[in-house]
Amino acid sequence: MTTGEPLIVLDGVNKWFGPLHVLDDVSLSVGRGEVVVVIGPSGSGKSTLCRTINRLEPINSGTITFDGTPLPAEGKALAKLRSEVGMVFQSFNLFAHKTILENVTLGPIKVRKEKPAAVRERGLALLDRVGIANQADKYPAQLSGGQQQRAAIARALAMQPKAMLFDEPTSALDPEMVGEVLDVMTSLARDGMTMVVVTHEMGFARHAANRVVFMADGQLVEEAPPAEFFANPRSERAKDFLSKILTH
Amino acid sequence: MSVLIDKFDVFAGGFWLTLQICFLAAIGALILGAVVAVLRISPVPPLRALGTAYVTVFRNLPLTVVMFFAAFGLPALGSNANFLRIPGLDAVFSRLGTDLPYFRFALIALSLYTAAFVCEALRSGVNAVPPGQAEAARSLGLTFGQNLRYVVLPQSWKASIVPLGSVIIAMIKNSALVGFFGVIGDLSQTADQLTSAGGYAFIPVAIGISVGYLIMTVPLGALLDRIEKRQAVAR
Repeated sequence: MTTGEPLIVLDGVNKWFGPLHVLDDVSLSVGRGEVVVVIGPSGSGKSTLCRTINRLEPINSGTITFDGTPLPAEGKALAKLRSEVGMVFQSFNLFAHKTILENVTLGPIKVRKEKPAAVRERGLALLDRVGIANQADKYPAQLSGGQQQRAAIARALAMQPKAMLFDEPTSALDPEMVGEVLDVMTSLARDGMTMVVVTHEMGFARHAANRVVFMADGQLVEEAPPAEFFANPRSERAKDFLSKILTH
Repeated sequence: MSVLIDKFDVFAGGFWLTLQICFLAAIGALILGAVVAVLRISPVPPLRALGTAYVTVFRNLPLTVVMFFAAFGLPALGSNANFLRIPGLDAVFSRLGTDLPYFRFALIALSLYTAAFVCEALRSGVNAVPPGQAEAARSLGLTFGQNLRYVVLPQSWKASIVPLGSVIIAMIKNSALVGFFGVIGDLSQTADQLTSAGGYAFIPVAIGISVGYLIMTVPLGALLDRIEKRQAVAR
């Protein structure tokens, strides 16, 4: 699973929103091909953590290193780094004025300057992989939530990223559509994609994660393999959290 | 009311000159306003400050004051605004090329002033695009310019076009000031010519120039209403 130096390293990361200390001295490293699931109560800073990795949220102190390079400041170098890190949002954020296929091909054509014909072919193959090849020429608003999120995953994959970040990818979905998105994510994990997944889906954490990270009040409280974490959480905070979500 | 028929050519001439200045000032204001809007939403703080300073100055000064600065300040600086004597363009808009610079000065003042409002209309359109769109574009690695060009602006113009139209209508009416700053023969200055020099009664003349302005502004307003209705359907 993990080989060589880790792909993503956060070291002593702090972030404040005004007086609120959202990330409190967080250190985490994610190996190549590793799937890390971040769980925790609302407001614990897990989404913010995910968004700092491609600098959608700047941090106040500490360092973040991706593939051996510290995150650059805003500019061309940061844009290049972002192109190597796929991101999937809670609210899909597909480009509303473009078709599904155009959503998928925009990045490779404009950022990587690839040939449109080749990108189109790869885009269609990706849409086929996530099971929505027949929706390629529709606009995002014409698709269901689950289809939109799968399109968003295909859009991120079209850049052939080194890692994928998922920021609560199923939280905005109707229950019957959660499964289709998780299936795509599970198959990605099996194929060896490096993934950081913020989620409330404990089932996914159990069967797809290599490691579960538990966050509370901006701190990284506990990390362990999923079987160990769910059977024997060490911290009181994690025990309390699990007892609340697993009793129903 | 016979003045409307007897002096129709004077009204028509005034209408044509006002139309020229409005057309040119609208183009100038749209270009400059777009540049200032890009500055104001740029990720670079000094550029943002520059854009904000521009809007603060030109949105908050009376147009009359801006006109004074153009008509008296530019000559004091030794400028005749000769850069606006654009070959080709001055064949259609003859006043651009005259030795008397007041048409060009008025054009500069009107463009500078209106650009501040154009900037804010464009920016309100940009703000109407959900922030997640720009965020997704950034996460794909699009640069600021690509983000604007391919993702944000194509979605923002729909929300901008109606406020933008209002800005241009206001500008057409504001152009009535240019006659007081050395521009001879625009629609509002026509009134002065016909009443003081020509001895005609004021009210019929005022009706004549009102019709002239309405011919420019009413169709523009009607066009905006249509666009707004079509957008309502699309929503």
